[in-house]
Amino acid sequence: MQATFASRLFWVAVAVLAAGAVVPSFASGYVLGLLTVAFYTAVFAMSWDLLFGFAGEVNFGPTFLIGLGAYTAGILDARFSPGLSLWVCVAAGAAAAVVGGVLLALPALRLRGPYFGLTTLVAVLMLQNFVVVFAGLTGGEIGLAVPDVMSISASTNYWIAFGFMALSGAILYWLSRSPIGLILQASGQDAVQAGALGFNVAKHKLAAFIVSAFFSGLAGALMVFYMGTASVGTFVDLSVGVQVIIAAVLGGRRTVVGAAIGAIFLIGMGELLRPLGELATLIVSVLALLVIMFFPDGFLGMLRGRGAGRG
Amino acid sequence: MIFWQILVDGFAISALYALGATGFTLIFGVSGVLNLSHGAIMVAAAVGAWAAAGELHVGPYAAALIGIAVGMLLAFATYFITVRPIQRSGRIAESEKEIFILTATLLWGIIVQETIAYLFTNNAKTVLPIVDGTVMFLGVRTPTNEFFTAAVCWLAIGALWLLVNKTQRGKAVLAASMNPRGVTLLGIELSGIYLTVWAVYGLLAGIAGILLGMFLGVSSYSVGPLTASAFSIVVLGGLGSVSGSLIAAYVVGYLETLTAYLISPAYRTIPALLLLVVVMYVRPQGLFGRR
Repeated sequence: MQATFASRLFWVAVAVLAAGAVVPSFASGYVLGLLTVAFYTAVFAMSWDLLFGFAGEVNFGPTFLIGLGAYTAGILDARFSPGLSLWVCVAAGAAAAVVGGVLLALPALRLRGPYFGLTTLVAVLMLQNFVVVFAGLTGGEIGLAVPDVMSISASTNYWIAFGFMALSGAILYWLSRSPIGLILQASGQDAVQAGALGFNVAKHKLAAFIVSAFFSGLAGALMVFYMGTASVGTFVDLSVGVQVIIAAVLGGRRTVVGAAIGAIFLIGMGELLRPLGELATLIVSVLALLVIMFFPDGFLGMLRGRGAGRG
Repeated sequence: MIFWQILVDGFAISALYALGATGFTLIFGVSGVLNLSHGAIMVAAAVGAWAAAGELHVGPYAAALIGIAVGMLLAFATYFITVRPIQRSGRIAESEKEIFILTATLLWGIIVQETIAYLFTNNAKTVLPIVDGTVMFLGVRTPTNEFFTAAVCWLAIGALWLLVNKTQRGKAVLAASMNPRGVTLLGIELSGIYLTVWAVYGLLAGIAGILLGMFLGVSSYSVGPLTASAFSIVVLGGLGSVSGSLIAAYVVGYLETLTAYLISPAYRTIPALLLLVVVMYVRPQGLFGRR
């Protein structure tokens, strides 16, 4: 059962990747730009799924890690533009997010459920305040313009985002199916029992935070150099974090691949419904609520058939 | 002079925070639900009162009643549409119900917020105060509405205290927050208790929302910050402890007022957030938490 599902998940991933690979041959630059953003969001959602689905940590602040990566990379580039390579800035962004992930992990190892959730929420609000208060450094509410961009060609940007998503997805998926992922899953469901079996719960959870933070920060930093600006509204705001969480739950928790599908679906739906104006967010929220209430295992859960229970 | 001003202003805003957080903590204490659509319900009540006064041309008292009715209606809707189906679902594992309720109430809040924005636009709305004018108090010119706000908040909190401690129904609610199974063994339906609690919650959130609409005004942008501030007050005081939330509301209210007056309104929320982080690290169960 587990094996058939695992292989079906694999084929879903292959189908998504194949679809992604043929899109540039016929799609317009506009669609490619949209998908580029969707692919970065997919990495955000997959990183969140590693923390929630496997380690069992309810992280309300994915944008804390994303924002740290995005703003570190953006500020470094804006300050030292010609002297510092764009890729050094990206690496620094990922490193800053990892530091942030360790900071978040410290209370997570002591607090349970809602208390940890709140810490992450507060972390986002603090980062948001920091960005607004130190406007001279961060560009404040207007946003920070970065002098460098990765490429001005829509298809190059598309391939970078696509490759990045495929690679991070593969690593995260592999990690989740490896013994480390199983230990994480065990500690997420019953930390005491996992500890009693001799697994170092704290060490594994810390590792999950670091990996999740690394990919969130990396994706955030790359997205800055795709967009050419960093702003609170795209990288830090709570609504961005909410979208990441909804994407992961919508696609199906504990699947990694589902999170990516959920993210692409959410961004695509948001765009399709854009002509409806303000109703767009409303309709997407209603849809997401319906899926969560009636198909708690998300899109991939539907694929497996109703009532299949937990994988 | 500025000392008295901070004292008076801080008292009114803290009373408002206290009322907003009380309902939130009550729900958590009794049913373990963190309702992330809290801010949306408060704003909806205020907008309901505003629309009733503006479009139906009813008096301020009738408008306030309509607003409270909107708050209660939405509280029941939250319970029946999102919370109860998840609590009863056999397909969601017990350990995951928490995150499902959080996600579902969050989505529900967004739905309410977007509906408000669609029907009544995103503009800030101020509910016409029931009492207007200003009075001199301790040498400070203060809007009478501030006293009215503080008085109504404390009356409502006092009434809640009476309800919980002095009535049969209230005692059952209190017992359910301590030991739900024990209450069922005594032959009291838990679902009835949940209904009572959600009704009280809707009432409190409705009143708080309308008062907020009179005091500071609301818009659909205030939904997120309102939920976040209720959440942080409740955690600061200790989840499930009503008296803890009241004290925490005053700590946060005065910290914000002090910062706004003495440093800059731009930094208003930062000291309270810092305090919250320190408390989370040092005393994770909150100042007066039980666990």
